[in-house]
Amino acid sequence: MTGAGDAVARLVRDEGTRVLATLVRVTGSVDLAEDAVQDAVVRALETWPRDGVPANPRGWLLVAARHRAVDVVRREAKRLGKEAVAMPDVDPCPDPVSVRDDLLRLVFTCCHPALSLDAQVALALRTLGGLSTAEVARGLLVPEATMAKRLTRAKQKIAQARIPYRVPAAEELPSRLAGVASTVYLIFNEGYTGRVSLLAEAVRLARLLVSLMPDEPTALGLLALVLLQDARRAARFSSGAPVLLSAQDRSLWDAALIKEGVELVGRGLRRTPSVPNAYVVQAAIAACHDLAPSYEQTNWDAVISWYDVLSTVQDTPVVRLNRAAAVAERDGPAAALALVDALAGLDDYPWWHASRAELLHRLGSASAFDALERAEETGLPAAHVAHLRRRLG
Amino acid sequence: MPKYAAIIYATDIDPTTPEATDMMKDYDEFGAGAAAVIRGGAALYPTATATTVRVTGGKGGDIVTSDGPYAETKEALTGFYLLECADLDEAVKVAARIPGAWDGAIEVRPVVDFGK
Repeated sequence: MTGAGDAVARLVRDEGTRVLATLVRVTGSVDLAEDAVQDAVVRALETWPRDGVPANPRGWLLVAARHRAVDVVRREAKRLGKEAVAMPDVDPCPDPVSVRDDLLRLVFTCCHPALSLDAQVALALRTLGGLSTAEVARGLLVPEATMAKRLTRAKQKIAQARIPYRVPAAEELPSRLAGVASTVYLIFNEGYTGRVSLLAEAVRLARLLVSLMPDEPTALGLLALVLLQDARRAARFSSGAPVLLSAQDRSLWDAALIKEGVELVGRGLRRTPSVPNAYVVQAAIAACHDLAPSYEQTNWDAVISWYDVLSTVQDTPVVRLNRAAAVAERDGPAAALALVDALAGLDDYPWWHASRAELLHRLGSASAFDALERAEETGLPAAHVAHLRRRLG
Repeated sequence: MPKYAAIIYATDIDPTTPEATDMMKDYDEFGAGAAAVIRGGAALYPTATATTVRVTGGKGGDIVTSDGPYAETKEALTGFYLLECADLDEAVKVAARIPGAWDGAIEVRPVVDFGK
């Protein structure tokens, strides 16, 4: 595709989600809206590079998509020998508030708690992210036919069970937004373990949430967290093998992303003066690492304090395990091992065994090998097993 | 407005016995509070009274009956309501007020409207 064609494709993709959000409201059906917008997008990609981008691309797409939806509904009604239901008009120049509200409705519908997490992730990527079914399937390492079925089922449930197309009421918003954030963060984590295309999608979705809800700490914290972690992307792998934080070449980190992430942490903290927000605090921890000139110069006091704050709202064994890793740097391996050994119920968690292997190794204990073996048995990723094995020698 | 079946899976007790008195009070309270959306429903005798019927070999085949419910689970199907609600969110809110949700679970399912 030509440069102009690429620009048009990007524009169409960005506008497509907004147009889709409005069409879902107008048609009352995610499926029909997707079909109609897809049709409009294909037309746009055919005609815009040739005839030039229209003055109001969003309006053009809205009108074309509604036109197609009306056609489909009429055809279907005719087939069944029924009267077609009238469809509301679209405003070709919608005001920004109504565009935002439609997008918010789409976000909360795609991430509705009545849908399985798998379905939410698939819908977030397909419907909110605008990826094709094939792209979503590739990203999530699922056969395309399986993904198509998953998406169809999810859309059927939305239609048949009448999952509402609505922004949750104020009292429900925090818990519903937490659900949306965990779906986006799950996509980010899938990408973090190596599928780079998903990283970009998660960042894009997190940016969308902040643009829609600029005052919500969860949205600010989520975006900050993904940016501050994504900033290390270029240094995280060396010829395919993961490089630990302590060994990363910090000159490869993306300073612009770090700056943006740190500013977002500040905005998030100002909006959570009394009750900490788990995403904002996790982002603050990431910021401590990103701002340290070297691993040795990391402010471990600050990192440990943030973990203490985090454990007041998210007291999980995983949080304590991460805190112990920071304690190891500040107070030495013996203090950390005592904390790690005190954590109950992690016998099936590979990272618990991996932490023990590392700490036991630092203490010069031969038990490190047993711990590494347990880590491997419980499913520690091969690259990390290899890394630990090299360390243990 | 769409209709939903709220199918109750909870403690398998006989609602007509004295030990069910407190529970029935809770159900009466729910029934009064949700009267505006309840379109029907029934409480069932315990699973000990259930008979499962199958016809082997398809239509016209042999009728085989067996004692007990179709699916043996810890929480038994004890009854259901037919609710008429604006959407799933409203149906879920109503279902959460059914006493069976407190010690068991309510399955909320949209009802097919063949009149369309």
